[in-house]
Amino acid sequence: MSVITIERKVLEKNEAIARKNRDLFARHGVFVLNMVSSPGSGKTSILERTLHRLKDRVRIAVIEGDVQTDLDARRVAAYGVPAVQIITQGGCHLEASLVHDALANIDLASLDAVIIENVGNLVCPSNYDLGEAMKVVVASTTEGDDKPLKYPAMFRNSSVLIINKTDLVPYVNCSLPALQANALSINPGLTVFQTSCTTDAGIAEWCAWLLEQIRLASQGGASAAPIGIDE
Amino acid sequence: MHELSLAENIVDIVRQNLPAEQSGAVSVKVRVGEMAGVVPDSLAFCFEAITAGTPLEGIRMVIERVPLREKCRTCGEERVLPQPLFLCPACGGSDLLILSGRELEVSEIEVEDP
Repeated sequence: MSVITIERKVLEKNEAIARKNRDLFARHGVFVLNMVSSPGSGKTSILERTLHRLKDRVRIAVIEGDVQTDLDARRVAAYGVPAVQIITQGGCHLEASLVHDALANIDLASLDAVIIENVGNLVCPSNYDLGEAMKVVVASTTEGDDKPLKYPAMFRNSSVLIINKTDLVPYVNCSLPALQANALSINPGLTVFQTSCTTDAGIAEWCAWLLEQIRLASQGGASAAPIGIDE
Repeated sequence: MHELSLAENIVDIVRQNLPAEQSGAVSVKVRVGEMAGVVPDSLAFCFEAITAGTPLEGIRMVIERVPLREKCRTCGEERVLPQPLFLCPACGGSDLLILSGRELEVSEIEVEDP
């Protein structure tokens, strides 16, 4: 018997394509977000509120990831922005190659930002770098306040937390301070927003922050590597 | 459940690293961190399923778990934590750096000598 030493990352192929995507985004000064969450937390609704406010101020395109249907791409396209739907047909997450293929249908030169809405899943998408500048994790109050503790990798690997459906707090068993404290105990570097897509609360603050990030990226401030607390 | 696509990546890496004259691979060693988001049994099951009926059939997957090791940026304490709770047991601080536990790597292949 003899042993061949390899020492290679299982996800090296994905990481190589993610680097290609990231270089492409940087070359065009395009700011790219990867939105992650459990299904039904309100990612698409937040996107709609965001596009409603920002579509006439910055040029945004959206890449939608879902297991089936192009319902989300149609919801987003109604705002007059370019939208590409990736249907994973059972796949539980987006991979860098899927995003790379989707970019064939997007003219980066005419854009300021791309928002990728990942498949709703708090586990698998945390492992896959898509080439984004940062991950934004959405946690809604209806999911309860313990999710950051139960799914730590997702909250650890994200740079921003949006706590959504704040208008429902009186009706659900969820403490906003506990949800926020739990998330910060997993990742003290999280930037936190509290939003409601029904009342529009907090959407202006989130959009102001997003505009600033887009402005920084257009000036060449886009990060060359994913922003993460452990990097 | 992304263990199937991970198993496919592992098969690719094994194929690329197996010398042409040595088809007799016996085992592949994979390092899986406690916080890699991977279920080891499921990964081994998927690997066995996709290598069945191929030249790699019968190759054993040996999984080495890597504990979650963290260092407190406040007090400098370094230790292995039993689960990913990000509070320093020494000073209670939450500003912890992960030193290990996110690995997902193919480390070696064992082959029969030709």
